[in-house]
Amino acid sequence: MNNKKPSGPGSRLTRRDAMASGAAGSATLLLGTPPSVRAARVAGAKSVIQIWMWGGPAHLDTFDPKPDAGHDYCGPYVSPIETNVSGIRICERLPLLAKQADQYSIIRSMTHGNNGHETASYITQTGRPAGTSDVYPCAGAVVSHFKGYDAGYKGLLPPYIVLTRPQGRFSESGFMGLRYKPFATGGNPAAPVFAVEGIVQPGMGEERQRSRRKLLHALETFGEKMKGNPEFALMDSCEEQAYELLLGDAGKVFDVKTESDVLRDRYGRSEFGASCLVARRLVEAGVPYVTINYNGWDTHKKHFEIMNSKLTEMDRGFSALLQDLGDRGLLESTIVWWGGEFGRTPQVQWEAPWNGGRNHFGKCFCHVLAGGGFAGGHVVGASDGKGMEVAERPVYPWDLIGSIYEQLGIDTHARLPHPQGLDVRVCPTEEDGITLGGRLREIMA
Amino acid sequence: MCGWSRIEWRVAVAAGMLAAAGTAFATVDRASAKIDKLVFAKLDELGIPASDPCTDEVFLRRVYLDMTGTLPSAVETRAFLSRNSANRRGELIEQLFEREEFSDYWALKWCDLLRVKAEFPSKLWPNAVQAYHRWVRTAVDENMPYDRFARELLTASGSNFRVPQVNFYRAMPNRTPESIASIVALTFMGMRTENWDRGQLEGVAAFFGGVAYKGTAEWKEEIVYSDPARQFMDPATGQPVQPVFPGGQLAAIRPGQDGRELFADWLVGSNVFAQNIVNRIWYWLMGRGLVHEPDDIRPDNPPQNQQLLDFLARELVESGFDLRHVYRIILNSRTYQLSSIHNEGNLSDQANFSHYHVRRLDAEVLIDAICQITGTTESYSSAIPEPFTFIPENQRSITLADGSITSPFLELFGRPPRDTGFESERSNDPSAAQKLHMLNSTHIVQKLSQNRSLMGMAVPDERRAKKGKEPPPASWLPLDEALDNLYLAILSRYPTPEERQVAVSHITATGSRWDATIDIIWALLNTKEFIYRH
Repeated sequence: MNNKKPSGPGSRLTRRDAMASGAAGSATLLLGTPPSVRAARVAGAKSVIQIWMWGGPAHLDTFDPKPDAGHDYCGPYVSPIETNVSGIRICERLPLLAKQADQYSIIRSMTHGNNGHETASYITQTGRPAGTSDVYPCAGAVVSHFKGYDAGYKGLLPPYIVLTRPQGRFSESGFMGLRYKPFATGGNPAAPVFAVEGIVQPGMGEERQRSRRKLLHALETFGEKMKGNPEFALMDSCEEQAYELLLGDAGKVFDVKTESDVLRDRYGRSEFGASCLVARRLVEAGVPYVTINYNGWDTHKKHFEIMNSKLTEMDRGFSALLQDLGDRGLLESTIVWWGGEFGRTPQVQWEAPWNGGRNHFGKCFCHVLAGGGFAGGHVVGASDGKGMEVAERPVYPWDLIGSIYEQLGIDTHARLPHPQGLDVRVCPTEEDGITLGGRLREIMA
Repeated sequence: MCGWSRIEWRVAVAAGMLAAAGTAFATVDRASAKIDKLVFAKLDELGIPASDPCTDEVFLRRVYLDMTGTLPSAVETRAFLSRNSANRRGELIEQLFEREEFSDYWALKWCDLLRVKAEFPSKLWPNAVQAYHRWVRTAVDENMPYDRFARELLTASGSNFRVPQVNFYRAMPNRTPESIASIVALTFMGMRTENWDRGQLEGVAAFFGGVAYKGTAEWKEEIVYSDPARQFMDPATGQPVQPVFPGGQLAAIRPGQDGRELFADWLVGSNVFAQNIVNRIWYWLMGRGLVHEPDDIRPDNPPQNQQLLDFLARELVESGFDLRHVYRIILNSRTYQLSSIHNEGNLSDQANFSHYHVRRLDAEVLIDAICQITGTTESYSSAIPEPFTFIPENQRSITLADGSITSPFLELFGRPPRDTGFESERSNDPSAAQKLHMLNSTHIVQKLSQNRSLMGMAVPDERRAKKGKEPPPASWLPLDEALDNLYLAILSRYPTPEERQVAVSHITATGSRWDATIDIIWALLNTKEFIYRH
């Protein structure tokens, strides 16, 4: 999307059903219905890159500055900078992102009201209220069902990849189970060799891999006796799949050394910067959902010291990702979703033991969306003068995640596979006892 | 803590258990024979031939894994295989009941069902998790009668730190009486209340209308108690709901009476209570319940063998709810000790126990086995930076109390998230990602060469080990002995002549005993024989 303003209603695409998913093969393994990718419009988005701001980044010190609120709220950040969209200002520590505000939209009225990491993470990642008897899958698992193997995805790379560690606060796939969990790469993409667990093994050449495989088969004494036993059919096909990945070229997608130094510098040589670059490469290779778990935003103490260094790193990686996706024509088909489980208390805790920290704040915070049909250059909703309350247009996590699903062409009323066969749908409705803020029509092309 | 405690058991052994052993085994033998009679009668009826009995090597490995979630060591394997006793299998079963790992492993299972986890969706928090796990483990260790175990969980009141059983009522995503009733039905009756009609659920919920919670001045302490003033009100009418037992019989809670007590009295006397637990034990040991799924008991899902289910339930009740008695009579049966290798007539049999069901090792059991073999440790982490969530590296993962403490390996291999208490939460299905991890991950690769004696070193040479260089010939054990050790440690048996030949050829072809040995360890850890219970 290179247009500064969202396209008007006149440009809305005709409503028609997307193609039914192809050979869904194993879709019936779980008791769910086969995925119905029935889009309200032709889906522009094919992939999602989620920058998960683990710990909860301060909204005042990122995309919702409040320079007039005074020292007790702003600390040292009193001079937000103008972006390339007039009227939108962001934190002065984000100069590179300021040059690209036309590419993304800021939602300044995110709210769910929960201040606990675990519950807030659950709500923001699943788009579901907490306290139900079922544990729901997070967005990546849902997308993995509708865009992954169940929907005919044939890529060798797993359809849902996490860089580099699993989220860990709750089971990402909830009741949908192991099949929909993300593949966590482990390793460090900024290291000389990004040792992706199981795929990239430094010092293990292809010849030794083949000789080992021969040895393994020669020593499968019990496996030989069990030949033809259906118990092992799945295990055998998993071995086939694994070897295709570790012997072939598929694993090279993780190697950022093939990119130019100029580009790698633009992303930054940090773990986060390199993760953003790998994420782009994965999306380019057709992976539908990539999460970058960006840790370290739970800044109870030394808040501003930490922000001073981390914001620079984030600014670099995030802005380079947007630009690179744009340059390659991938931004139109890739949603970039930035945000954490909550914001942080607008009022700085100057007192001991915090000595300048910010606490958890789920009542009002911001998220950012770019690409995949979301218009850039907009601000959705607003917080009050001190970032304490949503002032207008509340957006709940289910509104935001539902909008992402729509852009991907996922029918938000479709059934999810459930181990006990219960009838559960992709998105909650008012019948589930929630308040709806409404999908993000303001920025949906 | 209760009746048939560990201490009493030991006293019995010392005082006259040996004299009584003949009678005790005779009783067990009779019950085991009855199990076989009922299983084989069913197989005859269906015309399915049973597999052969398993070998001693296979039995040893199987019973260690099934009872203790732990692989036998090379030393234990040698000792068992060289033991001269007509009843060495039965004797081994008795020894394994006394192992710490037996209590660890079954506490792990129970904590899966009870959703023992510091955070989300159950919010027990780390210190209450430790107290609760300790209580459960002690109950297993002392073989607390099962009716007492259930009653304690259902009726206790007090602080989550000091009366750990009360955490039963805290390990729930929400605390409405209906939600409590659903969890009670699932846990102790193996029934899913989605299949109940609304009135039935509300009738049971009414017993739990008085369950109340309050905080204290201590951080994250919570009191669970019964408040006689509270009742479960019908949301539609605003009137108190009449308590009804699951069978349909009306109940009356007297003023001041704790509805939970009334329900517990009914529960422990019910058939479904005994049938549920013996069915679960059968499922845990045999890989498939007599009622399948093991927590889906309902009239329109009959057991594969009703007589067998009834028999096991009767054995449980008559033994005074002694769970070990039920384990014992199953483990000593011919049925349990059948080979997993199919014959022509039973390849497709899934449901009738004509052969032992192969199952991938549980995530925790698999990583513990790998660590035991390679002499390595694991690191665990929790997202909750609190005391009780930092775990020493040498701790075995079957002893982890808290579902929130984890490792990437455990997540990858399908450890249950402890969200719902369903048995199906534990996934032992293989995946390509798991296979990649076993074949090629740094995590596994780094473990392979750590154990000097497994590598076949006569004298551990730390200096050379650090440099990873080929050791001089003098530090190697004779190849035959080294291969024996490898096979005993990993597959709990001696290598066959053919396997020896394959290994020797590989060493010759590789030209480096060091590299070749790593390859052999790697290969054995990737065989089905290692990855599966069989």
